[in-house]
Amino acid sequence: MINDLEELRVKAIAELNQAETEETLLAIKTRYLGRKGLLTGLLRNVSHVSLEERPLFGRRSNEIKEILAEAIDKALQRVTLKKRDHALLEEKIDVTLPGRAVRPGRLHPIIRVSREICEIFAGLGFSVVEGPEIELDYYNFEALNIPKDHPARDMQDTFYIEENIVLRTHTSPVQIRTMEKLKPPVRVLSPGRVYRPDSDISHTPMFHQIEGLLVDKGVTFGDLKGVLTFFIERIFGEDTAIRFRPSFFPFTEPSAEVDIRCVICSGTGCRVCGQSGWLEILGSGMVDPEVFKNVGYDPEEISGFAFGLGLERIAMLKYGVSDIRLFFENDWRFLEQF
Amino acid sequence: MFVSLRWLKDYIDIDLTPAELADRLTMAGLEVDAVRETAPDFSRVVVAKILSIRPHPDSEKLSLCEVTTGTDILPIVCGAGNIQVGDVVPLACVGATIPGGYTIKSSRIREERSEGMLCSEEELGIGPDRSGIMILPDELPLGQDLIDALNLRDIVLDIGVTPNRPDCLSMIGVAREIAAMTGGKLKMPEILFTEDDEDINGITSVEILDPDLCPRYTARIVKNVTIRPSPFWMRRRLESVGLRPINNVVDVTNFVMLECGQPLHAFDYRFLKEGRIVVRKSRQGETFISLDEKERMLRADTLMICDGVKPVAIAGIMGGLNSEIKDDTRMVLLESAYFNPTSIRKSSRWLGMSTDAAFRFERGIDPEGGVRALNRAAQLIADLSGGAVCRGYIDQYPKKIESPRDIRLRTRRVRDILGKVIAPAQIVRILKNLGMAVNKADGPHYRVTPPTFRVDISREIDLIEEIARLHGYDRIPVTRPAISFMSTRQDPQKVLEERIRTLLNGYGYSEVITYSFIPATAVEHLGLPADDVRRATVAIRNPLTEEQAVMRTTMIYSLLETMRRNADAGCFDLKLFEMGRTYLARQAGTLPAEQNRIGGILTGARYDDGWHYSGLASDFFDLKGCLEGLFDHLKIAALKFRSDLREPFLHPGRSCCMTIGKEMIGFLGEVHPDVLAMMDLKNRAMVFEMDLDALAGHFSGALAYRDISRFPSSSRDVAFLISRDVTAEAIIHFSFDMHEELLEKVCIFDVYEGKGIPEGMTSLGLRFSYRAHDRTLTDQEISRAHKAIVQRIVEKSGAKIR
Repeated sequence: MINDLEELRVKAIAELNQAETEETLLAIKTRYLGRKGLLTGLLRNVSHVSLEERPLFGRRSNEIKEILAEAIDKALQRVTLKKRDHALLEEKIDVTLPGRAVRPGRLHPIIRVSREICEIFAGLGFSVVEGPEIELDYYNFEALNIPKDHPARDMQDTFYIEENIVLRTHTSPVQIRTMEKLKPPVRVLSPGRVYRPDSDISHTPMFHQIEGLLVDKGVTFGDLKGVLTFFIERIFGEDTAIRFRPSFFPFTEPSAEVDIRCVICSGTGCRVCGQSGWLEILGSGMVDPEVFKNVGYDPEEISGFAFGLGLERIAMLKYGVSDIRLFFENDWRFLEQF
Repeated sequence: MFVSLRWLKDYIDIDLTPAELADRLTMAGLEVDAVRETAPDFSRVVVAKILSIRPHPDSEKLSLCEVTTGTDILPIVCGAGNIQVGDVVPLACVGATIPGGYTIKSSRIREERSEGMLCSEEELGIGPDRSGIMILPDELPLGQDLIDALNLRDIVLDIGVTPNRPDCLSMIGVAREIAAMTGGKLKMPEILFTEDDEDINGITSVEILDPDLCPRYTARIVKNVTIRPSPFWMRRRLESVGLRPINNVVDVTNFVMLECGQPLHAFDYRFLKEGRIVVRKSRQGETFISLDEKERMLRADTLMICDGVKPVAIAGIMGGLNSEIKDDTRMVLLESAYFNPTSIRKSSRWLGMSTDAAFRFERGIDPEGGVRALNRAAQLIADLSGGAVCRGYIDQYPKKIESPRDIRLRTRRVRDILGKVIAPAQIVRILKNLGMAVNKADGPHYRVTPPTFRVDISREIDLIEEIARLHGYDRIPVTRPAISFMSTRQDPQKVLEERIRTLLNGYGYSEVITYSFIPATAVEHLGLPADDVRRATVAIRNPLTEEQAVMRTTMIYSLLETMRRNADAGCFDLKLFEMGRTYLARQAGTLPAEQNRIGGILTGARYDDGWHYSGLASDFFDLKGCLEGLFDHLKIAALKFRSDLREPFLHPGRSCCMTIGKEMIGFLGEVHPDVLAMMDLKNRAMVFEMDLDALAGHFSGALAYRDISRFPSSSRDVAFLISRDVTAEAIIHFSFDMHEELLEKVCIFDVYEGKGIPEGMTSLGLRFSYRAHDRTLTDQEISRAHKAIVQRIVEKSGAKIR
């Protein structure tokens, strides 16, 4: 009789393992464990069991009842999980379709470069200041040691509003306005729009400059080299070769153009650098004593340097833009790359 | 300025390669923009000698020559009549190319073989003579390439001379600079000529009526000249730097100007009335025909060179047609003068004539260099034209041109400016190499007198620059400034701008930069009424184009232009903004008012990827929602959207203004269809513009935390039926103006018009949330507060509850 019990267990487990649905499982449960089920049927025949086997039979039949009940629960769980898995797969989506997100906007490359430069100089204690874009001839030229009818005016073609009012041709007038307002020491940076009547692949009638000015006691040309070298290494990389070369600006003396090794050809000579292997990237110089006198500073007491650079030029070199006009056409295909 | 290396070497020995020279010049402040190798435009033309000449059997004009190149003897058919046996001539060999793109081939000319071509100067492009075959000097080695044999190769440097260095606008000037750089010796050309017995003072005189504008005028007379083309060497010199040879007299004046920087002029003496020169200002309205055959109307203050009765040249700028050198000129009056730089500059700008002479005069020539140049030119003209130089010269020098003397130089100051100690001996050497007189003064000081041609040097700092330049910028150490402690000041306005930039980027808006100019017609296109302040545009006197004629008074026009440009390129979905200024004209003589503003535009699809909500276009509320988010983040709570104030270029039913209190901050709305049509735009667009300066006044960046309640909130929904005249804002306003402190927030969850709603009415679904700070609200409390609020809304707005 015990053997009948064990047989029933094996058969029931086999059936449970094969069952795929909840209904089948419930039917199996009823068939074996139900009130008229097979296990109950066996128990009803306990009278056929010998007396000495009877306790064992009773214990074993209870055990098997529990085993089966547990197995049925497990099988039910298995079937439910499977059903749920199936239902979830029904909700499958194509995750390769593009998302619904609104793409973040882009920063204009000029703004990007301007930010980067301002941050570098902020670290050196330079504050950002601004000045008018429509400027008095005095600030744009005369106070910067560029008198009327002087050939130095040829260096910058000018848009005129009135006889004595111009669109500023550079950010340098901000130097004057700043020094008129502040006592030394001065450390300022001034980004902004500037204007010159010129239009071709490398000129636009409006473009951007950043002007820098540092005035303090005992500032030297060596310091100018130090600060600008630091700046260039930060913006173009530590191993950028730099040279300082004599030049002329009416408001600085000595004046220096600063060149970097051509980023395109690394110095072997190409179209971008005009075969020279060098790229001009900024103008600088020690503030001319005449300029200090114009703002009431005593050039015997303090000294300083100023520098200016074109943001478009930096952006063109950094990002490989070959036509300056693209910056102001605002074609989305251009903008979205930044 | 172009500098021929070959020419330059007449004045200085140069051991450097052209590239090295260019580099040294550049590093000394004479920036070399380009180094160009020049050679005539032919190849495989060699020196050959004529061995025999016999007539062509079939042609009277042609002859048969045998020529030798030293190694080969070649038959050549030639059409020129000027050659003789023994002449050394240029031979273009088979395979040679000559100017005009011709290639020489082996050929048969009327049955006679010809293995090359004998050439004229003109055929080789090295001279004007086309009358016959070019006859070469006998001593040239046979078979040598003609370019090498005649030394026709040259290197031309293009030097960008800065405006402060007029002394470098000549070959000698550049040579002088090289001498100072390398320590080489300058070789000044020797001036030697014999004078004729006839004295200049018997022939002419010079009278200066305006010594301020013409402090010095020198002149010589060369007579019995024969005008003809200049010899080969002279023509090559001029052509090498881009000048066209004219004749032996005019060429000399140009040559001497290029050699030493002093512009000269040659008059045909026979056209000078009364045979004399008078220097005076022009009279208003006087006309004059310059050498370029253009009639010039003169202003009253133009300095003129005149004869006894009439102008013969615009001083320092251009000669007159009435006195130019002609083929039959016999007697030449040479002028070498000093003119006031400012006066020349004013005149040349006003007349629109920028000549080589004016360029030099306006920058300042050597006040003491005139006589030398005059003599040099007299010598060369006599040489080239067979003329005789009359005895003596005129030097009218009524007003001394002051040159700086004894400039104090402190060696300490050199160190203070450069940051490097340069030994006094080296300082002195540098200055002396530059031609300066250096004298020791008290203590560690010097007194320095620059040469008269260095018009840029008058102060100590000018000397320090020279020392730095020639010492070498690269030898000045790189130092870090020992500067005062200073904190960087962050302008709150800049902080605001950066915040807005970042937020708008996050909302999907990209920054653009448009020109600050707009066309003058833009204000019409935008329909601005006559009294709108934005009509007060600032006009540019000399705009490049009509499109860029005035400074913008609003950001909107350029944004719409940007939209159109992108539409033309096939891009219709845009979210853009720009930060920049607008400019409002004020009274004449005053700087315009510049305002920092921000403008933006939204057009096209709401989402970047079409498949989710295809065809869903962005609208007013997309833009408004973005701005609301912006103000929320910036904690500018007082901002109000007001539909009662309108912009003419916006849709009257879909636009509003933004105010804070009484202050106007900006506007936003859909662009008026008429404006879109005017600007040729097909799609709807939403724009906004704000005054950043005004906004900055309400922005502090400060944050303060308010305690949050730990108790739950409860909400009640109500649907109001309101007239379309009543705004949602009003309903919200009535909810709050009882100051019921249990009311936490009100949100609109539904807006419905149409089926089931009476005409002219809107159904507005509102959710009222109630919460207390210190307790869980009871139903009773909530109902009491809610009932009062709903009742107030109904009373105040005439709304019905659905």
